[in-house]
Amino acid sequence: MTVEKKGWRTRTLKLWLPLGFFMIFNLFPFYWMTITSLKPNSELYSRKIMPLVVYHPTLKHFVDLLTETSFLTWTYNTMLVALVSTAISLIFGVMLAYPLARMRFAGAALISFAVAATYLVPQPLLFIPLADIINRLGLGDTLTSVILTYPTLLVPFCAWLLMGYFKSVPHELEDAARIDGATRLQTMFRVFLPLCTPGFISAGIFAFTLAQNEFLYALIFLTKTDVRTVPVGAIAELVRGDVFYWGQLMAAALLGSIPVAIIYSFFVEHYVAGLTSGGVKA
Amino acid sequence: MASAHTEALQRPALRPRPAFSLRRWTEREGVFSWLMVIPPALFLVALVGYPFVYGIWLSLEDRPVARAGVFIGLGNFITDLHDPVFWQVARNTFVYTFAATALKMVGGLALALVMNQEFRFKNLIRAVMLLPFIVPTVLSTIAWMWILDPSFSVVNWFLIRWGIANPGPSWLGNPSLAMFSLIMVNTWRGLPFYAITLLAGLQTISPELYEAATIDGASTFARFRYVTLPLLKPVIFIVTMFSVIFTFSDFQLVYVLTRGGPANATHLFATYAFDVAMSGGQFGLGASIALSMLPPLALLIAGMAWYMRGEKS
Repeated sequence: MTVEKKGWRTRTLKLWLPLGFFMIFNLFPFYWMTITSLKPNSELYSRKIMPLVVYHPTLKHFVDLLTETSFLTWTYNTMLVALVSTAISLIFGVMLAYPLARMRFAGAALISFAVAATYLVPQPLLFIPLADIINRLGLGDTLTSVILTYPTLLVPFCAWLLMGYFKSVPHELEDAARIDGATRLQTMFRVFLPLCTPGFISAGIFAFTLAQNEFLYALIFLTKTDVRTVPVGAIAELVRGDVFYWGQLMAAALLGSIPVAIIYSFFVEHYVAGLTSGGVKA
Repeated sequence: MASAHTEALQRPALRPRPAFSLRRWTEREGVFSWLMVIPPALFLVALVGYPFVYGIWLSLEDRPVARAGVFIGLGNFITDLHDPVFWQVARNTFVYTFAATALKMVGGLALALVMNQEFRFKNLIRAVMLLPFIVPTVLSTIAWMWILDPSFSVVNWFLIRWGIANPGPSWLGNPSLAMFSLIMVNTWRGLPFYAITLLAGLQTISPELYEAATIDGASTFARFRYVTLPLLKPVIFIVTMFSVIFTFSDFQLVYVLTRGGPANATHLFATYAFDVAMSGGQFGLGASIALSMLPPLALLIAGMAWYMRGEKS
């Protein structure tokens, strides 16, 4: 839209004021997380002093978190699980999306409907039977349990996002490769997929953040300290009965958010493209 | 003569057929497609389709954890219908879903409209605005837990300081306030998703439409009502559908902030099913509670689809 020349008053009223309100609303919890993690307990549990600033910042909570709890193990587990399930989901996603987007075959409509339906099945509908299945397979308290189940959430999503991307790629290059005698597999791997790197980044980033965010399956399947992920570890082990280790909780929340935030900051545009493709292109 | 003619024409077809070639077979479009699709499809059938059916089966059983189940037909659902907590949970879930979705939609649309102006650092601000949505929910909810803490709430510090209330309200301890707090936190997390998606939708609307409407004498509100909203409708529909599904089946926020308390005032279907199945050890009854989400969810979505279609014509 073209910018109409208006006075600074209208601009403040229509832009900066509401934008400022939303910025504060959206970001205050992160500010709060950060400063709480830096406060010594004497400031944390004082009702008198102004809570919005830190008077004597300390890294004690971070040191305690890293030395007294298994936070580093949880971080390693979270990363491992997120990376492996993202990789599986991308591979399966491509295997679903490529034929659905580029080929005609009997049953395509059925498959794409099934993928959409799986995407919309809410997790709480499945956790009870899955808990039983995982137990019977003897996978309780193993990372395999979540590496197997996270892709059920991510594959439909990746397939859907990649389908949208694949459809936007012109057919000419593939046709040329086919005429030159390339097999379908060669065409797919050598010609088509390399064209789709941005789509993979979008789907990958999205799947990665979703995997980091998952809580319910991890809570049910992982009950031992050394296999826990960061969210489950923080909730299960930094809250003991009625005792909340607030400083450590905040340090864990902050440190746990940082990997996602860094990866996100590198690929914001891809992330936004992935986020909006579902709603806008559909 | 005629027969000789046909013979001559048929001869090429009588050439020996090449032996079956696996390679040629897999090169056929349909075969190649199915070979690609089958592994992931089997995976999803095994870990989504099968658990789904197994869940229905479980809901028809009296099934204490780690023991064999006994088939009891609709017994669990009848137990649910006579359970006052179940009805409270149903009510809670609807209130939570409607209030949070409405707030996210209004707030998200407002933020999208604000951000659809030209200003400095737009991309940076847009990226930062999305943070609540990308940071793992449980971790950001921990920050909210401290913001709403009964003794050390920062909100209450200001309320007391400014003489509005003393002592400050118990944000998670009072039944209505606890529900209100959950709705606010859910809105906080979901609003950026609405805003960014709607913003992308807004950017696809051609400026010429607004110019034409302005020339026709449309006011700002009329332009919003008759140009922006109708064109944004498909995007609003998709976003709302996602939001309704995931708000209706929310688990994390409630589990972390209130565990369904005080006195079940904030239990949703998912957290109640979790309590009954995991803490109470009644898998069958828990499965029946989880499954009860499905009909209202399907109705909500169908209703929304119908409403949107009605509006369009």
